[in-house]
Amino acid sequence: MSVAAVEVQDLSVTLGRSHVVRELSASVARGEWVGLIGPNGAGKTTTLRALAGLVSFAGHVLLDGCAVGSSTRREIARRVALVPQNPQTPPELTVAEYVLLGRTPHIGYLATETRADRLAAERAIARLALRPFAERTLGSLSGGELQRAVLARALAQEAPILLLDEPTSALDLGRQQQALELVDALRRDDELTVIAAMHDLSLAGQYADRLLLLDRGQLVAQGPASEVLSEERISNYYSASVEVLHRNGNVFVLPRREGDPCAR
Amino acid sequence: MLEQRERPSLRQKVCSRCGKEFGCAQGEPGCWCESIVVRRETLAELRTLADDCLCPTCLAGFAERDQRALGEPPSTNGHGTGSTWAKAVPHASIRARGVPLVWGLCAFVFLAGALLVALGIGPIAIGPGAIAESALSHLPWVHLHHLHSFEDAILWQVRAPRVVLAALVGGMLAIAGSAYQGVFRNPLADPYLLGVAAGAGLGATVAIAYAPPGSRAGELLPLSAFAGAILGVACAYLLGRSVGAVRTSGTLILAGVTVAAFMTAAQTFVQQQHAQTLLSVYSWLLGGFGSADWHDVVLVSPYIAVSTAVLLLHRRILDVLSLGDEEAGSLGVNIQRVRLLIVIAATVGTAAAVSVSGLIGFVGIIVPHTIRLLVSTSYRAVVPLSLLAGAGFLVMADVIARTVLSPAELPVGVVTAFLGAPFFAIVLRTTRRMAG
Ligand SMILES: Nc1ncnc2c1ncn2[C@@H]1O[C@H](COP(=O)(O)OP(=O)(O)OP(=O)(O)O)[C@@H](O)[C@H]1O
Ligand SMILES: [Mg+2]
Repeated sequence: MSVAAVEVQDLSVTLGRSHVVRELSASVARGEWVGLIGPNGAGKTTTLRALAGLVSFAGHVLLDGCAVGSSTRREIARRVALVPQNPQTPPELTVAEYVLLGRTPHIGYLATETRADRLAAERAIARLALRPFAERTLGSLSGGELQRAVLARALAQEAPILLLDEPTSALDLGRQQQALELVDALRRDDELTVIAAMHDLSLAGQYADRLLLLDRGQLVAQGPASEVLSEERISNYYSASVEVLHRNGNVFVLPRREGDPCAR
Repeated sequence: MLEQRERPSLRQKVCSRCGKEFGCAQGEPGCWCESIVVRRETLAELRTLADDCLCPTCLAGFAERDQRALGEPPSTNGHGTGSTWAKAVPHASIRARGVPLVWGLCAFVFLAGALLVALGIGPIAIGPGAIAESALSHLPWVHLHHLHSFEDAILWQVRAPRVVLAALVGGMLAIAGSAYQGVFRNPLADPYLLGVAAGAGLGATVAIAYAPPGSRAGELLPLSAFAGAILGVACAYLLGRSVGAVRTSGTLILAGVTVAAFMTAAQTFVQQQHAQTLLSVYSWLLGGFGSADWHDVVLVSPYIAVSTAVLLLHRRILDVLSLGDEEAGSLGVNIQRVRLLIVIAATVGTAAAVSVSGLIGFVGIIVPHTIRLLVSTSYRAVVPLSLLAGAGFLVMADVIARTVLSPAELPVGVVTAFLGAPFFAIVLRTTRRMAG
């Protein structure tokens, strides 16, 4: 029995006076893709930040069996790469330099990049088809290209666990699929474990092996998409009126206007 | 999926294990190496064995070894244990831009030129050849005919310490300014941001006002100004931390403003109580090198050397910090510690500089920004070039300060602003016009 990639026991986060995450327990196997869903303010971002050791918490978070609480920042950064909801992308930096910054956890504190670091950055850039953009500045990229650059930076970190916070919120329909396909390919090729917070429930259900539904900081349901995504749950937690369709093993969540006589 | 899935262009390579030639797509999707599956561990081993990609035959050899080790039937796709893409070890063509050679040379020439001009210009002009000769003749075992001993004394006892001090202070203020702008991610940050100026002002005023009659205020003043500057920043930092500013740099800046306001008020009060000190305090505040001697240089250079070295070593980390606290943290940087370290280094150096030169404004802002506009925004370029250009800039400013109204002197702070502002405006206009 191998150690789980991510093991969370009774995770609680208090920010200011509000309990943002309450006694969350979950386990994510190596190579698994887990989708984190829940309404605005449910605590998805905060949970991911806790996993990356960016916020102080009560309880235990183990990454590959090592406790986050007692690891140094650098040790954590070698285990998890986080793609934040709104990444800061200094517009004057080139893509190559930006991706190279992802190597920071592998570079001595006051040292500069070695050949191995440059190679890792190069692989990440090639992998995301960013070669033609390597010398362009971040400010000159389109939204989709920028998203790929951010992903390349996380990939250059060569951490076995990838945390994505709404990776596709700024993308059009096709780009959303491309980006998620890409993450899925990376996951299979590099045996990454992926935890992704997502708002599009249909997409989350199609790509994730398992969904965790958070509401007001609590884990209220978990399991495969077909079990978690029910009309009743969604109206309950999202206060949304939806229709859930099951087609070819996929689950589709369709918004429906209340009181529309044509519905059903 | 990705846009291009057609055949990638191949680059001819020579296998470092068998010497055979082969084509390689250098890690682009679609390379032949995607069809050969090796384990992650083997891949890591390969990267230490070979500098570049291996040929198909050699790579296949490693794949077979893996399969024997695992005892599994050979598989040709990448699912499961293998990795389909990452075998390529492409040329490491990706580099972070450092200091571009041309600009590095420019900065050196600027500084050297400024030093020569500053040593040569004055009531008695001394040519660059004579300066070089005189410098050489001070080395042991070199015998050249000397300058007049009178000229020699002017050069080495009057001008040289002044020029060297101006270079040290200018370089320190500029590098500290660039580091502050990076660590607070605020383009308006300068080395005086956290209360160095107000603290040094208070320290100097106290020394001038309360120096016991027998002692010479000239010796107490630098010490007192240095202590005041350090105290100012320490108070700002402690105040900031007590209200939780370790998380956000904005609160730390506000704490600095608070402490500075308080210390300035205290300084004004002391000044009012001792009206006879007004003039000397005022002239100290404006800054200058009129009384510089080798003693001052010896006094400050250790602090400035250590502080400069620490800041130079942090230039890559400053680039990481430009991603913001959150992301720098997720890349393994301990923000609080880095910020404290950089603030300490910049403060100690700035305090030492201020204690011998007074408050010289503008250098810490204008020099780093000029370099950002002309060269690059990466701190790998901004930090070292600020050091050189800041030194040259202040040496030139001091030359002007002591020559335009000679034998009277202008305060050097007036010159830095008077020259710096229009120059900066020109740089801003031309680079923005080119960019847009
Ligand atoms: N520093 C803070 N102090 C107090 N409350 C906070 C703080 N940061 C976040 N919160 C609160 O914690 C809750 C969870 O925030 P979080 O960002 O984790 O939600 P989320 O699930 O990611 O939401 P969204 O879908 O909108 O991104 C919110 O109610 C938010 O207001
Ligand atoms: Mg969020």
